[in-house]
Amino acid sequence: MAKTHVSTTINGEPTEFLCEPSQAVLDVLRDQLGLTGTKEGCGSGDCGACTIMLDGRMVCSCLVLATEAEGKKIDTIEGMAKGDQLHALQKKFIEFAALQCGICTPGFLMASRALLERNNNPTETEVRYWLAGNLCRCTGYDKIVRAVMEVAADMRETAR
Amino acid sequence: MSKQKYKWVGTRPDRPDGADKVTGRARFGADFNMPGQLVGKVLRSPHAHAIIKSIDTSAAEKLPGVKAVVTAKDFPEQPNLIVPTGEMQVNLRDVTRNVMAREKALYESHPVAAVAATTDAIASAALALIKVEYQVLPHVIDVAEAMKEGAPLLHDNLITEGVKPVPTKPSNIAKRIDNVKGDTDAGFKQAEIVVERDYTTQPVHQGYIEPHACLASMAEDGQVQIWSTTQGHFQVRGFCSRLLNIETSQIRVTPTEIGGGFGGKTVVYLEPVAVMLSKKSGKPGKRVMSREEVVRASGPAPGGTVHVKIGARKDGTIVAAECTIALQAGAFPGSPVGPACWTSFACYDIPNIKVIGYDVVSNRPKVAAYRAPGAPISAWGVESTMDILAQELRMDPIDLRLKNAAKKGTKTSYGPVFDTIGFVETLEAAKNSEHYKSKPKPGMARGVAAGFWFNVGADSSAAAHVAEDGTVTIISGNPDIGGSRASLALMAAEELGVDYDKVRPVIADTSSIGFNFVTGGSRVTFATGLAVVNSVRDLVRECKVRAAKTWGVDPDGVIWENGCAKPAGSNVGEFEPLSLAQLAATAGKTGGPINGHNQLNAQGAGPGFGVHIVDLKVDRDTGIVEIGRYTALQDVGTAIHPSYVEGQMQGGAVQGIGWALNEEYIYSAKGKLDNAGFLDYRMPVASDLPMIETIIVEVPNPHHPYGVRGVGEVPIVPPLATVGNAIARATGVRMTDLPMSPPRLSAALDAATPRMAAE
Repeated sequence: MAKTHVSTTINGEPTEFLCEPSQAVLDVLRDQLGLTGTKEGCGSGDCGACTIMLDGRMVCSCLVLATEAEGKKIDTIEGMAKGDQLHALQKKFIEFAALQCGICTPGFLMASRALLERNNNPTETEVRYWLAGNLCRCTGYDKIVRAVMEVAADMRETAR
Repeated sequence: MSKQKYKWVGTRPDRPDGADKVTGRARFGADFNMPGQLVGKVLRSPHAHAIIKSIDTSAAEKLPGVKAVVTAKDFPEQPNLIVPTGEMQVNLRDVTRNVMAREKALYESHPVAAVAATTDAIASAALALIKVEYQVLPHVIDVAEAMKEGAPLLHDNLITEGVKPVPTKPSNIAKRIDNVKGDTDAGFKQAEIVVERDYTTQPVHQGYIEPHACLASMAEDGQVQIWSTTQGHFQVRGFCSRLLNIETSQIRVTPTEIGGGFGGKTVVYLEPVAVMLSKKSGKPGKRVMSREEVVRASGPAPGGTVHVKIGARKDGTIVAAECTIALQAGAFPGSPVGPACWTSFACYDIPNIKVIGYDVVSNRPKVAAYRAPGAPISAWGVESTMDILAQELRMDPIDLRLKNAAKKGTKTSYGPVFDTIGFVETLEAAKNSEHYKSKPKPGMARGVAAGFWFNVGADSSAAAHVAEDGTVTIISGNPDIGGSRASLALMAAEELGVDYDKVRPVIADTSSIGFNFVTGGSRVTFATGLAVVNSVRDLVRECKVRAAKTWGVDPDGVIWENGCAKPAGSNVGEFEPLSLAQLAATAGKTGGPINGHNQLNAQGAGPGFGVHIVDLKVDRDTGIVEIGRYTALQDVGTAIHPSYVEGQMQGGAVQGIGWALNEEYIYSAKGKLDNAGFLDYRMPVASDLPMIETIIVEVPNPHHPYGVRGVGEVPIVPPLATVGNAIARATGVRMTDLPMSPPRLSAALDAATPRMAAE
């Protein structure tokens, strides 16, 4: 079967790849491009571990065909820190112990950043519903929600 | 108190693996690859119970791109031999059959063959070409049904253990255990009130977000390398060695980062198959389970039935207690019925106890450990019954538990006498908590329950190496599943008297450190922590020898203080303190590298007790439960890194809430699982929950230098009854069957409404 050529931008870098028509973005990221920070927990869009941004929209990369990335901009966890500076959410997740095993963490961070880019003053309920598509089995969500709320507060303080 | 006593223990520094895990650098099971690796896939039984009459792999083998096909014929037969694994015992004869079905397929998705191919698509195509001839047999899913006379038999040779006279006929009851203290018949005669109820629970999956995965390579010289996401890489090595007849030291297992386990990654599924595929194909191979495979074919916690009878005097003193527990083992014997029995009444000082347990096989995947294996099931029965007793006696539920609480000197039903424990302190902390003292919000009702876990010691090895610049590496062999690197480094820094960031913890593969038992049973911070502390002490002893050599004095004249060797007194001589960096710089002249080692079988694990409080609301129309407020309290001995202690308490509580309210396996009439995915197997999500408040109680374990007991297991024990007790108080309806899901709860409320109206 002939492979399809796809041109994208991943974490700001122009990137080209060849893929099968049936391949998901997740498979290409992990298996072909070595970007294994994006995780597969279910392959059915229920756990959010594979959350990425596609042209600024939060998606489960297991549910997007790789060919759909043509001409689009992909952002993954590998692009979240800038140089040697962790993103405020990354720092706060460590500081607040908002991860235990860490497998869901890239997905939560991508989803949390997407929330705070839209709303830097979310209520606890808004945070909980925004993150309801991301499963974590270790933490009970408490410390994750607190970390996101705290970063939001810091962002508002900085913006003042 | 520990906060003043220690410089590092009890603080909350960043975890050593934090940056790796927030940037995607950390490599988990599916993130390892080797050049030329093949893709492995497993063919699974479509039937719940069937004789495998024949397997024809010839067409699959001929498919271009297929490099190996394996079936049970490739694996040597194993003896009927029980070996410990994780928190449970397994029989090698059964393990090899669970890894690859032999005579029969015993549950839907039981592996029957596996292939290694150059691509995923070819591997899938190859599976479709394997022809398996089955003779379908009647199956049994339910534990009570499986125990009945005439139920379909899974194993023709299974004779119930622990029964006299020895049964002459096989059955699905693998074992009966009896736990007796005192005389319950005499005890119940003294009772002024007796409460007796029957309960059921459904199996639940551990629900780790990372599916099982491994990469295996067997080289031409017979040396094997495995990268696996596991709670016990030494167990992976041991099982592969036994199941494949390979010398243990020829196998090197590197644990990857592990994306959750909760007990479910203490057994092997993929690794022996992956090694066999590598052997036959001559290529390395990778095998990753799909979520569906994880749910259908990896070990859930058992479901079961629990019968509880408690007798008390009117003042609340419990005089006798009985409990009968039957647990699903899955397709092979070996449910955690032992711990379910032993933990059942461990919270209470009761003179007369009788506990009977049954281990029952049925056509379900073989169960695996899940956080405090067995304990939540018996606690669901016992703690619900305690609540009914409190209601009937019109006693505060915490007061009833305080009146009967186990303390130092209490003899358990399973034998040991408790040393220093903190159940009373935990109950008192609950009673004095702001949560308990405040009234539930309007529309909310409150529930309380307790829980117990032994905590575990067992085998650990550790080493401490001083680098050339005086910084230290701590080497241990337990996968870090939730922050144990941080707790080990904190104890090492405390012991050494150096800063936390001067100590780097690493987790070594099976060939780079001595044997370590699994990460499980809440043992790592206790047992491996002890090995780390002892290895640091060994290192300090060596440092004193080196300082003594430098100064030309006797080693007994050297003390270790704040990370430096110092003369013990002015009589030894006047010497400037020698830091680790100074000792390391001259180590070549004083005897070579400075290292410490320790290996032990840790004794004296400190039992843990927890008390949970919930305020919740029940929507009578839909049966939906809204958790309004939740507090988990626990005696952890000493909280080494309080944030990760809180995290364990919060995570365990939420897993228990899922167990209580939603999680279950739904089987079709044909014995096939109907909800093998996260959409229909409903685990708690963020919007289901409030913050989970935690209160850490610290009654140090006298058998650990920093008083550690262990944390991870206890918090999943109380929530089931905590939630059920609150639902009973909210609605007047006592739920006895789990889960208390919206359809079940609304049906129970509907059924109860006419009766309640008549009252």
